[in-house]
Amino acid sequence: MTAFAETPAVQAPARRLGPGTGLRNTFTLTWRSVLKIKTNMEDVFGLSLQPIMYLVLFTYVFGGAISGGTHKYLQFSLPGILVLSVVFATLGTGLMLNQDITTGVFDRFRSLPIARWAPLAGAVLGDMVRYMISVAVTLGFGMILGFRIETTPLAAAAGCLLLLLFALAMCWFSALIGLLTKTPQGVQLFGFLGMFPLVFGSNLLVPTNTMPGWLQAFVKVNPITALTGAERGLLIGGPVGILAVRSLLWALGIFVVFAPLAVRVYRRKT
Amino acid sequence: MESMRYDAVNAIEATGLVKRFGKTTALAGVDLVARPGRVLGLLGPNGAGKTTAVRILATLLRPDGGQARVCGYDVLRDAHQVRQLVGLTGQYASVDEGLSGTNNLIMIGRLLGLPRPAARARAAELLARFELSDAAGRTVKTYSGGMRRRLDLAASLVGQPRVLFLDEPTTGLDPNSRTDVWAMIRALVAEGVTVLLTTQYLDEADQLTHDIVVIDHGKVIATGTPDELKARTGGQLLLVAPSDPAHLTEVAALLESLTGAEVATDTAAGAVSVPVTDKSLLPRVVRELDDRGIELEEFTLRKPSLDEVFFALTGHRADDDDTKTRELENTK
Repeated sequence: MTAFAETPAVQAPARRLGPGTGLRNTFTLTWRSVLKIKTNMEDVFGLSLQPIMYLVLFTYVFGGAISGGTHKYLQFSLPGILVLSVVFATLGTGLMLNQDITTGVFDRFRSLPIARWAPLAGAVLGDMVRYMISVAVTLGFGMILGFRIETTPLAAAAGCLLLLLFALAMCWFSALIGLLTKTPQGVQLFGFLGMFPLVFGSNLLVPTNTMPGWLQAFVKVNPITALTGAERGLLIGGPVGILAVRSLLWALGIFVVFAPLAVRVYRRKT
Repeated sequence: MESMRYDAVNAIEATGLVKRFGKTTALAGVDLVARPGRVLGLLGPNGAGKTTAVRILATLLRPDGGQARVCGYDVLRDAHQVRQLVGLTGQYASVDEGLSGTNNLIMIGRLLGLPRPAARARAAELLARFELSDAAGRTVKTYSGGMRRRLDLAASLVGQPRVLFLDEPTTGLDPNSRTDVWAMIRALVAEGVTVLLTTQYLDEADQLTHDIVVIDHGKVIATGTPDELKARTGGQLLLVAPSDPAHLTEVAALLESLTGAEVATDTAAGAVSVPVTDKSLLPRVVRELDDRGIELEEFTLRKPSLDEVFFALTGHRADDDDTKTRELENTK
């Protein structure tokens, strides 16, 4: 009835992957990740409601105390909340990898004649779409609340690009956790344990000079501080150059450390 | 010449497979052979190493020792070729819950290098074949257990494999879905696909397999056709059910003294059974029962079921799955 055994099966299997196969595999798996965003409404809600919640809560709870007014505080905090939303969104990469492993989807991929690294690369690339959603929602809702870009559209676009590049690095940390932990709960726990001090031990929501000296020392070297500074510069004006360079160097550093580690753990599982 | 290679050889051939997880030895030198176009059943109790063996043969795990070839290709050296020839359906349905049935199959078709229209056509064809056309557009999350398993089977067939690994394909399915899956497996075998099947259901092995390898504690303890294995446990099984359940103990004592073998009493069924090697005993059993005025509901002689064979070989029932081995694998 169907062409199972009737195919001229005497054709010998290929010895190795053809050129470009790895990239093609990666794009197929990216397509899969993006499709999954569409079908998973919880994920879409999480991605869009979280930034909205952060914006509303932080602006109206902290605004008066920190800046003496909500509008003034929003201008200060929105670039920080952008960073926070995107960094937390990278946890999704680890969660999805973890889910793929526990449900056996990865076993299926590994039993197929595809590039070994494609499932990892596909997951990461697909997540870029998630980060874009996160950035767009934060910026869009912030503007509804009254945030105004005080620089040029080009600078703002550069700010978004910088965020995405940083997320592209951070998600390898998340991927590593996703590969090492046994349950999604574990990913959440270790992910937050790793990210919380980084995210909140920064000048993301509060000016550095209000903190005790020892904390200021940490905040000043924290990559999130550099990134938040660069985002402020690009969105509301101020120094950019050195901060952007530092953010990019940090992103590169995080990538160089965590991507090979994640790939190694992944290969060991393979 | 290359093209002739795997038609002349066994579909699966493993010698001395060894796999350790930390201090636990999952496989302690397993040999097995699957002939082309046949179904090889891999049976064994809890944690015997069935899943580990399948994962090695499907290139998912590296063995610590021994050799394995699929269609003549070494699972370690020629893993890429092996992956082009096999399909795998795991114990836990490995389809993507977040995608529709159609998209799951399209994804695999694309990964295997089919152009988009061909992948789409193949998906539709397989969904129709596995009676999933109506649910094709729905997210797999909404599928029943049986539907998932059928989709998983479909997913392992996108690449038209010559060898199919089915690791407990019907575990957790209701009887109807099991029969469906059996029919689908039979159809594949009729088309020339070689199947390696692990199962905890011995009736399933009885129904589907041509050859059986029984492993326990990582070692092969018996091989043969289902009939050969049944013959090996020695003779037949006599089952006696008295009309009055009150006579059960008396019947059991009588059978024990006559055969000298161990009698199994099933109080719920109101019957006793005992293995019989000497058939000349039967008239005596009937005479003695008649002398005592015990009326009978049932008196039958039959071949042992694979379940009983299994019990005789391993000393335990074939229940549960390889959860333990799997956990060990995951901690690695």
